Amino acid sequence: MSEIKIQIKNLYKIFGKSPKSALEQVKDGVNKDELLEKHNHVLGLKDINLDIKEKSIQVVMGLSGSGKSTLIRHINRLIEPTDGSVVVDGDDVLKMNDENLRNFRRTKTAMVFQRFALLPHKTVLENTMFGLHIQNIDEKEANTRARRWIDRVGLSGYEEKYPQHLSGGMQQRVGLARALTNDGEILLMDEAFSALDPLIRKDMQDILLELQDELHKTVVFITHDLDEALKIGDRIAILKDGIMDQEGIPADILLSPKTQYVKDFVEDVNRARVIKAKHIMSELNGQDRDNAMFVDQDDFIDRFIDKVISDKPNCLIVKNKNNDEIGYLSTKRLSEILKR
Amino acid sequence: MEKFFLSEFPELSRETLRFIKKGFDASYRAFSREYGDTIEAVFDPVLYFLVWFEKLLQNSPWPIVLICFLAVIYFGSRKISVTIGSLFAFLLIGIFGMWEDTMSTVSIIGVCTLLSIGIGIPVGVLMAKSERAQRICTPILDIMQTMPSFVYLIPVVMLLGIGKIPGLLAVVIYAIPPIIRLTNLGIREVDSEVLEAADAFGANPRQKLFQIQLPLALPTIFAGINQTIMMALAMVVIASMIGVKGLGQPVLKAITNQYFAMGLFNGLAIVALAIIFDRVSQSFGHRIQQHRSGARE
Repeated sequence: MSEIKIQIKNLYKIFGKSPKSALEQVKDGVNKDELLEKHNHVLGLKDINLDIKEKSIQVVMGLSGSGKSTLIRHINRLIEPTDGSVVVDGDDVLKMNDENLRNFRRTKTAMVFQRFALLPHKTVLENTMFGLHIQNIDEKEANTRARRWIDRVGLSGYEEKYPQHLSGGMQQRVGLARALTNDGEILLMDEAFSALDPLIRKDMQDILLELQDELHKTVVFITHDLDEALKIGDRIAILKDGIMDQEGIPADILLSPKTQYVKDFVEDVNRARVIKAKHIMSELNGQDRDNAMFVDQDDFIDRFIDKVISDKPNCLIVKNKNNDEIGYLSTKRLSEILKR
Repeated sequence: MEKFFLSEFPELSRETLRFIKKGFDASYRAFSREYGDTIEAVFDPVLYFLVWFEKLLQNSPWPIVLICFLAVIYFGSRKISVTIGSLFAFLLIGIFGMWEDTMSTVSIIGVCTLLSIGIGIPVGVLMAKSERAQRICTPILDIMQTMPSFVYLIPVVMLLGIGKIPGLLAVVIYAIPPIIRLTNLGIREVDSEVLEAADAFGANPRQKLFQIQLPLALPTIFAGINQTIMMALAMVVIASMIGVKGLGQPVLKAITNQYFAMGLFNGLAIVALAIIFDRVSQSFGHRIQQHRSGARE
């Protein structure tokens, strides 16, 4: 497995006048409503543990008020936690002094915001160069780097426009270009596509996935949209009321939701589009090869379901990239998966 | 006794009051005797600059001064109509024999505005950055704006005598509050999400101030500068009471001698200056927030 890039350990965040004393209450088991009613403190996050792997897309999903935006802001310490630690590449972000923290933000991370947060008085090009200007990088180099990413997100020709003159989708492309120009290893995306129209949002998701194929950044992606989470997430963490309900790969969350909340969430998802053959296969034990069908381990169910219906195989044999047979899938199991 | 207490407000005896006032005045007089010269010396550079600027405007050939003014007006406003209007206003002022006084007024307004900007913007920034500074400055600004100007002319004159510097101080005290308030407001109004983005990219406080907060506050600050200029002009007549030369002095003379025409001409000259300053600074302020409007030039 790849290395862990970001390690969040026992993270608590309580908003209010004296969070430290409220923390004791929370650790003693006082819940969110009680804390608000009796102590007038708001529980933001409770005992969050999350290991984010290098070069993967970690989605954090939850509805509004679940603490997901609070969580992502702890990674670059835009919000100070009440308790716990955030370790990136072995360094505790919470122990950094102002200077180190600024350097960390300048070089390691870049952030994309829900409402773009572009600088209205600067052009697209100047906005894209913002991170480099902050680092006092030479103007000529900054210009070249910025233009490359403006081109990469499809905004060539708009360099001299102001953000107000662009549509929402285009503004967020600027936001993405600004983050990528910074060239940090970690990309923090706070509901980056939530404010966009569905079609534009799909475009942006595709751009992100395409870029990720080539850049291999560690992406932390916040969303309230399950379809989006399933589409782009290598792993998904589900937050509810500041507590992490479940964390795992998309298929696990669909197939074995741990809580009622997660169950309700995933009920209406089209599983055929999310679950791959490898997620549901069993171990081989001398299956009959007569009338068997062969599928690739990374094929989604909807890639081969039509063929299963027309050919009516006895069973499906799952193969890996090297064409080795690694498992099998009975049609009965397949229909069970799809029926629920 | 009871009746007396209710019908008349219980006040200090005349003796005590006189004693308090006398004591206050005496100690202030002692203070000004002690430090007047030092304080005056502090303002010497400003005085030299003011005198130099006034002489420059008055002694240069009028066509050159006029052309310079029109150039500044044109490049400030980028409007041909404002420039032509100003040309006529200045010609009329000259023809009616008020050129010299107008130059004095322009010079003192110019210096006062520069001083107000130089002091006002940093104070405004400080207020925006620190809640404590805001708590301290707000009541002081309230006093500066509501205290009748004649009242603070008294200590200024006691301290520095009659002349240009006390006049300048009086004008600046009167005119500086808007620029301080609007700098503070402009910076506080900057979108917190944009500031969060700046933080996320590792901007330090100085970078945030100069690359984000001040540029985004600039239109508001400019509204403050405009107000400051207007208030400085309004103060010209009062400042002339303590020896500031310019259009205010003939107005004062007209008031005391009931010369209606004289008052009217000079009054109109002040109005003309005010309109020119206002139009130029407003369209300049408008132009620097071009990014907000649809089209670019």
